[in-house]
Amino acid sequence: MDFNDTQEEAAYRAEVRKWLDANAKRKASKKDTLDALSGADALQRAKDWQRKKAEAGFACITWPKEYGGQGGTSIQSVIYSQEEANYLVPTGFYDIGLGMCIPTVLAWGTEEHKARYVGPAIRGEEIWCQLFSEPAGGSDVAGLRTRAEKDGDEWVINGQKVWTSGAHYCDYGIVVVRTDPTVPKHKGLTMFIVDMKSPGVEVRPIRQMSGEANFNEVFFTDVRVPDSDRLGQPGDGWKVALTTLMNERLAVGGGGGADWSELVDLARDAELADGPAINNGAVRERIAQWYVETQGLKYTKFRTLTALSKGQTPGPESSISKIVSAPKMQELGSFAMDLQDIGGIIRDRDISAQNATFQNQWFGGAGYRIAGGTDEILRNIVAERVLGLPQDIRVDKNVPFNEMPKGK
Amino acid sequence: MNFDFSDDQKMLKEQVSKFLSDKCGYDVVRRVLESDELYAEDVWKGLVEMGLTGTAIPEEYGGLGLGALELCVVAEELGRVAAPVPFSSSVFLATEAIKLAGSEEQKQKYLPKLAAGEIIGTLAMAEGTNAPSPRTVKASLKGGKLTGTKMPVPDGEIADIAVVLVNTGGSGDKALSLAIVELNGSGISKEQLKTIDPTRGQAALKFDGAAAELMGAEGEGWDLVRRVLDGAAVWTAFEQVGGAETAMWMARDYALERYAFGRQIGSYQAIKHKLADMYVKIELARSNSYYGAMMLNDNGAELVEAAAAARISATQAYIYAAQENIQTHGGIGYTWEANTQFFYRRAKLLALSLGSPLYWRERLVTQLEARNAA
Repeated sequence: MDFNDTQEEAAYRAEVRKWLDANAKRKASKKDTLDALSGADALQRAKDWQRKKAEAGFACITWPKEYGGQGGTSIQSVIYSQEEANYLVPTGFYDIGLGMCIPTVLAWGTEEHKARYVGPAIRGEEIWCQLFSEPAGGSDVAGLRTRAEKDGDEWVINGQKVWTSGAHYCDYGIVVVRTDPTVPKHKGLTMFIVDMKSPGVEVRPIRQMSGEANFNEVFFTDVRVPDSDRLGQPGDGWKVALTTLMNERLAVGGGGGADWSELVDLARDAELADGPAINNGAVRERIAQWYVETQGLKYTKFRTLTALSKGQTPGPESSISKIVSAPKMQELGSFAMDLQDIGGIIRDRDISAQNATFQNQWFGGAGYRIAGGTDEILRNIVAERVLGLPQDIRVDKNVPFNEMPKGK
Repeated sequence: MNFDFSDDQKMLKEQVSKFLSDKCGYDVVRRVLESDELYAEDVWKGLVEMGLTGTAIPEEYGGLGLGALELCVVAEELGRVAAPVPFSSSVFLATEAIKLAGSEEQKQKYLPKLAAGEIIGTLAMAEGTNAPSPRTVKASLKGGKLTGTKMPVPDGEIADIAVVLVNTGGSGDKALSLAIVELNGSGISKEQLKTIDPTRGQAALKFDGAAAELMGAEGEGWDLVRRVLDGAAVWTAFEQVGGAETAMWMARDYALERYAFGRQIGSYQAIKHKLADMYVKIELARSNSYYGAMMLNDNGAELVEAAAAARISATQAYIYAAQENIQTHGGIGYTWEANTQFFYRRAKLLALSLGSPLYWRERLVTQLEARNAA
């Protein structure tokens, strides 16, 4: 057992590093971040970086060459990401488009779609968002109500989507809508590519309970989409959406935030009524627990990478990541607030320990446990796909959508 | 990135798995549970014949000369069937203690016999219901005479030799030393203990001036025994992961065949989520165990943290899988006839046998503090 690269991997890593050294600034420490820029400037910086990467052949490494990818291996893609993480480069704008939307276009699109959309997306010229969730369709996303009606060679979309990251700066989106309400819910859906600048598309930020606004709701009012921008057949929308969602579970990983070592730092500083928190047995137990979970996830990832390195399909073990990391993020934040005792209620960068990172994470964790598959949905997936347990009985399975009881 | 066992190691795993599934079914575990047998001698002999008792013993001492990783795959398979054999006592504990602390003469004397399965060894640490430590260990070694009572001692009644943690009177952590004693001599009485898991025998050993030799330097016993436990923690973690997986699949199978309220109980989310949680805990434990294995094999700098992390997560996984397996079965799972009890017993036995979760959390956090300060 070792964590070493193969000869080819080492050579590729060296090539990546050489290019990054020449084109980006290396982080002084792990916590080093880019200077904050305002919205438009941050976007331009991200676009410039994506173009550079694409020109050098480090964008969308695993995609086929004929559509502008590199035809590389999964492990090369991982190596690039590992190395890039050590440099100060803009991140975030392209994760959903290149992580979820364009893979769906590659899987379901026509040759015309691929020729038109994939190249500009790789070069960062066009940014994509995903329009699936609705007020009436979260975990049960197939219960969505946004509808599209055929009108000649076009479809007319009306309805509302929610939790759309980046909708305000995106050029295109993939949107799943109901095209036939007279059949059971999974069978009446269709997926379209939608131009986000179309008349009738209105984007409004959603204010989260944490006070920030990282997502949007998107309203569709008589938005016209040509039939040629349909992905898959009418009625195939659910199958197409599953392709995207499978990619989502890979894209929404990590979680990040403060972990056991930040908690050790805090516990060294924090004074409880009976002495330093680091000497408290309950505190030590939590440190041990979160260390074990973090290490367990790290080495689970290494097992997955080993399979990729050998050109094998990874096992299902990677499906545990968010089930563990999301509650940990919330609970660790909460416990670290406990260590600040009465003062733990203060959420102020200048007063709270470690710039209020724990208070922020306590809020963020509540959302992270829901985003990209709730704790509960992810457990269902493990139970059904890994352990082979049956699906729950679905009372709506064979009922036409327009005859289904609907709550709020 | 090559964070996996080699093809040869996987082949060894297959061989052990095949042997155990043929020779060590639930009928064997039940036989030991319900009879006066102290262990499954037939299964033990088979393991000895395969050379497994000498897996990590160098060839010059009659072993196979393989490494820590090979023992990991063997441990996992032993755990999977809850094998009622003294493998952990003899191989993970006694053999490793002698390899670590024994003089050349002691190694020559005992390792070939341990490798060949001619003798069974064990490690005697505890003295009742306090955690063994420089403050609680009272057994003494004076002028080659061992006096005191050790219990519980795993496989103490069948073992031929024991490595014993003794108090030699130094101050603080230097109070303890290791001694080696042959258990068939005079001045020793053995008494079988009643425990939570009779498929793995435990004894009280009373020493009344029994002949014993110091092993390793005087005053180094606490340090040495903790190093032995770090290694044993990694192998035991594999044993725990194996057992946890069996408990999980047993629960899964029952959830598919049992119907309640007109449908399979495995279709209810209360059951599905419980089983998913078993899977999550087992995979965390497996990943931590792999890292423990790598550190043990390489004698790596992070062995202490890695062993503790493997130990803590494997204990959590096995305890959870074993207890929730019974819960998934409902009433039938609580009967004597059900096989669920084997894993419930074994999970708790293994959780305590190398020191409780309290010991391992403290060992881990103390180490993390030292690193964090450095």
